[in-house]
Amino acid sequence: MHALLEVSGLRKVYEGSGRRVEAVRDLTFTVDAGELVCLVGPSGCGKTTLLKCVAGLLNPTAGEVLLGGRPVSGPPPGMAVVFQEYGRSLFPWMRVRDNVELPLKQKKLSRSRRRELVDDALTSVGLSDAAGAYPWQLSGGMQQRVAIARALAYEPDVLLMDEPFAAVDAQTRADLEDLVRGLWRERGITILFVTHDIDEAVYLGERVLILSASPTVVQEQLKVDLPVERDQLHTRVAPRFAELRTHVYEQIQAAKRGVPLSKD
Amino acid sequence: MSGGLKGVLLRLLFVVSLPLVLVTAWWLASDDSTDVYWPPLRTILTAFPDVWTGERLRADVLPSVLRLLAGYTSAAVVGLALGTVIGSYRRVRAVCEPVLEFLRAVPPPVLVPVIMLFAGIGDTMKIAVIASGCVWPILLNTVEGVRAVDSVMSETARSYGITGTARLRNVVLRSASPQIFAGLRQALSIGIILMVISEMFAASNGLGFTIVQFQRGFAIPDMWTGILVLGLLGFALSVVFRLVERRVLGWYHGLRASSRRS
Amino acid sequence: MKDKQLEDARPRSVSPTSGRPGLTNAALGAAGLAGFLAVWEAVPRLGLVEDDFFPPVSRVADALATELSDDTFWTALGDTLTGWAVGLLIAVTAGILTGVVIAVVPYLREATASTIEFLRPIPSVALIPLAVLLYGTELQSVLLLVVYASFWQILIQTLYGVQDVDPVAEETARSYGLGPWARVRHVLWPTALPYVMTGVRLAAAVALILAVTAELVIGAPGLGARIAVAQTSQAVPEMYALVVVTGVLGLLINVGARTVERRALAWHQSVRGEVAV
Repeated sequence: MHALLEVSGLRKVYEGSGRRVEAVRDLTFTVDAGELVCLVGPSGCGKTTLLKCVAGLLNPTAGEVLLGGRPVSGPPPGMAVVFQEYGRSLFPWMRVRDNVELPLKQKKLSRSRRRELVDDALTSVGLSDAAGAYPWQLSGGMQQRVAIARALAYEPDVLLMDEPFAAVDAQTRADLEDLVRGLWRERGITILFVTHDIDEAVYLGERVLILSASPTVVQEQLKVDLPVERDQLHTRVAPRFAELRTHVYEQIQAAKRGVPLSKD
Repeated sequence: MSGGLKGVLLRLLFVVSLPLVLVTAWWLASDDSTDVYWPPLRTILTAFPDVWTGERLRADVLPSVLRLLAGYTSAAVVGLALGTVIGSYRRVRAVCEPVLEFLRAVPPPVLVPVIMLFAGIGDTMKIAVIASGCVWPILLNTVEGVRAVDSVMSETARSYGITGTARLRNVVLRSASPQIFAGLRQALSIGIILMVISEMFAASNGLGFTIVQFQRGFAIPDMWTGILVLGLLGFALSVVFRLVERRVLGWYHGLRASSRRS
Repeated sequence: MKDKQLEDARPRSVSPTSGRPGLTNAALGAAGLAGFLAVWEAVPRLGLVEDDFFPPVSRVADALATELSDDTFWTALGDTLTGWAVGLLIAVTAGILTGVVIAVVPYLREATASTIEFLRPIPSVALIPLAVLLYGTELQSVLLLVVYASFWQILIQTLYGVQDVDPVAEETARSYGLGPWARVRHVLWPTALPYVMTGVRLAAAVALILAVTAELVIGAPGLGARIAVAQTSQAVPEMYALVVVTGVLGLLINVGARTVERRALAWHQSVRGEVAV
């Protein structure tokens, strides 16, 4: 398989009034086409900075991001982002359908094609009945589904998700995790999923990248050798799941303490 | 609230009872009034249809309203355009802010004599006076609204390639619209004030002119009818404004109601 | 009266700023002001606008200096400020009292809503002819217009504030047997205060507009009347100087009112915070 997304030597330093904050020091990793990769790290470790650099929303201080071999210098057309703050990411003055459709209008797609994509995306996330509602009429979980539908309809090469379920309750969160797994399997999309939740990272990912505390480097890359078929009830109690999550947990604790890293 | 017909009737009672009481009180209190300045309400109401004939509406009310509309619209266009530019660029905003704060603070009516120097006493003067008074609340509120566009919303727009005019139309102006409407509403009341006093200064027609004529000619009941007409006009314009606002900002009121409930 | 709501409802964006924004902003603002004055000086000097209509800023500054050394100017300023302050005081007192009474007495709110909605948009300048007949150029003319215009700002904001009272707090106070007056003092007033302060800020600006208007149109003594005299006597630089003075006055009132409002808000939030802990 060939790498769809390549991040090499990424570094980001924020320059403030006489203050320099090195948020990301040196990050190198790749994501293959069709892969679901989870990024997990201690809170405040620059996950969001990293994601914004990958999305082309921030310019890195050094290093580069390649999408399909092309350097990312601004938001590339082949990328869609699902933010954590669904309430601020959906436009409250537009109905659900218009929210999903707006980016497609920018792509200059025909009306019938747009309609098709919007209907398909809303059906995929189980919201075909809510097309005429305003986002704020829906529950938090449903709003995040709308944001996911908007990203799906955009037909991105890579879907970036920035702690998308951090602000919803546990039950909804489990449903949404299964939704993402399901969409990934059905559609074969490439997903880079950022989270601070270890269980979520292990449950969702085919591979987990563990980040160190800020200034961030990749502490470890871990292949998740759980079966492709996963469900909340059985996967989470499987012994292998427990081993993996313990391993990730220890790595993150080590990262927090700032233990010298063994480069592999 | 209790449902059905009873609730509706109760609400209707609340809406009409106090106005009825007040009007009746005015009627009774003034009925045998001999004070020239406080004529009986009966006299005022009898004078009303004689004074505000179709001809007078056309010759005095219509020009006033048209001037108000022209001034208000130009203020809205200029205020929105400049406000969007100033609000979008931090440095431009920093440069303009003190000057704008000062210009906004000048009480708009003192612009009447200044603008008369340039524009004489014709319609142009009145429209310019109205526009130059209305523009500040619209401009400053647009600046505030555009400045405060949510960072996550802008990033969402950027990441989906929504840029340029599409961003302006679908994101920036919509997000700023509650604030812009607050400015438009303030501007409307200032506009009515300026419409009236620019006509009191120098005019040959218009509501403000006519009412002052009545007062100078000691046609007191007629003057009272003029005050009533101005009141009705102010009320009617605010109703129209509210209708437009309800339509354009329906989402905003819904959003607020839903966030208050949770 | 809208901005209070807006502040509550809208998420504020926090954008990372670089450098020392306070200092650079002040410098940029000063540059903007200097540019504004330079343009004002240059436009009439270059003959772009006839300087009879639009005298250069230096000549306006001269006129302003003359004004400032004139006793009658200070009397006029005092007259304007008196009309403004007395009118505002009456409006604030009446507005708050009316608002609280409407809120406390059952059904009064519903019964007065339509009347308020009708009376509020009536432009206060409609009362000018009446004021002229009743009071001529006396202070009362100014007060009539100022009070009518600013009263509604205060009343509406007070009503908004009272509406915001947490029903749970109200119920709690009731269940502990607090009487109506105690409930007004301890529950209703603290909640409504920030709204009332916003109303005072808006009313202070409106009151100045109406005070100057009354002087300008009716001829009651004050800065407005002085502007009218300057206009009729073709003293154009003096007229501009007086317009600048009203602008500075308005600016000081805005800044002052905003500071008072912010204080009241800060106090309010800190008190709330202590209660919550």
